[in-house]
Amino acid sequence: MTMPLFSTGEDPGANFAELLRRVGLDDDVPGTLGAQNGSRSELLHDLGVPHATTCVALNYGEGVVMAGDRRATSGNLISHRTMEKVVEADRYSGVAIAGAAGTAMDMIRLFQLQLEHYEKVEGSALSLEGKANLLSTMVRGNLPAAMMGMVVVPIFAGYDLRRRCGRLWDYDATGGRYEERDFVTTGSGSMQAGTVVKVGFRGDLTKDEAVDLAARALWEAADADSATGGPDALRGIYPVVATIDADGWSRLGDDDLAARYEAIVNEVRSR
Amino acid sequence: MTMPFYVAPEQMMKDRADFARKGIARGRALVAVRYTDGIVIVAENSSQTLRKVSEIYDRIAFAGVGKYNEFDQLRVAGVRAADLKGYQYSRDDVDARSLANSYAQMLGTIFTHEMKPMEVEILVAEVGLEPAGDQMFHILYDGTVVDERDYSAIGGDAEATRSRLEETWTDGLDRSTAISVGVAALGGPDREIPSAELEVAELVRGNGRRCFHRLAPDDL
Repeated sequence: MTMPLFSTGEDPGANFAELLRRVGLDDDVPGTLGAQNGSRSELLHDLGVPHATTCVALNYGEGVVMAGDRRATSGNLISHRTMEKVVEADRYSGVAIAGAAGTAMDMIRLFQLQLEHYEKVEGSALSLEGKANLLSTMVRGNLPAAMMGMVVVPIFAGYDLRRRCGRLWDYDATGGRYEERDFVTTGSGSMQAGTVVKVGFRGDLTKDEAVDLAARALWEAADADSATGGPDALRGIYPVVATIDADGWSRLGDDDLAARYEAIVNEVRSR
Repeated sequence: MTMPFYVAPEQMMKDRADFARKGIARGRALVAVRYTDGIVIVAENSSQTLRKVSEIYDRIAFAGVGKYNEFDQLRVAGVRAADLKGYQYSRDDVDARSLANSYAQMLGTIFTHEMKPMEVEILVAEVGLEPAGDQMFHILYDGTVVDERDYSAIGGDAEATRSRLEETWTDGLDRSTAISVGVAALGGPDREIPSAELEVAELVRGNGRRCFHRLAPDDL
């Protein structure tokens, strides 16, 4: 382990990405891929990199629910059945990602690390809005790769400790950051999932109802979109569903989700 | 052309060491005590915002005494080194021993090469997956590393504090006893430290990924 030391003017502060640049490890930073060399674009298209799909987040006032299916596809093939696209960013926030899976996973890893690094160096965590802004710069940094088809579109959601409420944001490929009041969907199944949430959404949803609505949205997305994976009772693989409120991030257990999907299946069967 | 005065290397090292020791002796001491589920670090600190004990990585804590700006610089360097290593390889590859060695190198170089040595003593503690893996490294202003196992005392009057710990520490302490052992050792026989002047943090085994936890004055 070498000690990174900087003179006062060179000090990267609590910024981990800047630190990577200062120590010469910035080839690893998501977003710099392909930035220097345009001729890599044809290569990237032929790589057949896996893509991650549908994610949903909705606000129930005291917190947010985030949910994402587990499938990653390369063209018309299923490349992974157990991908986790909804992950804990830190104790009070989560990030969900649709798009090129490799870049997305790297971005999440760096984002988590940035938040933790800031918290340790500064001695206090970033505000929720600060975290959302940070993610925005990371998505914008990925723009050159996005132009070559490696688009990453995240959702960011969390519990705002200052305002004492759940908040959520969605992004576009250029790093545009849009705060939404009620719900956000992203990925190939976002139209179906978004419609289900839109129809079922009320201002006075309880946490339990919000979880049910998110689970239902993913069910309908999987039903209509081949790139979105439904609950897989055979292998015991269920979507990742998590809630974030004043008590922090909490992921629902597979047993709980199995019961919720069982109820959906029964309801669909009785139609 | 002016000729620099000749100073014998022995004298120069002694002067620097005396200078550093004087600076450290002015500050209050700090102790780390091992207990069944981890390591508790107790510092005498009248400030609630300028911390002496802090988190470096998942299982590693840092504590420093002496000049605040100097040990804080070391703390930030440690966080950076650990985060970089964890990012480059894996979180499992970040360990206290390697971090302590880097600190020792750095302090040793500064002691001999810079205008003035750092007036600090630091402690790097790591909680293992099993009690046998718990480690503490006490690093001095000149880069000397001392490997300690059950307890450690650094800062002003550390010798007396350490001998008090030697008498009171036993294997298999619980957390609250470990804290009171630490506080008693810091205060000595005829002084009681008010809880508002204490900074207490712990590394807890099995507290999830990030083992570091700061105790609020109400928890004491």
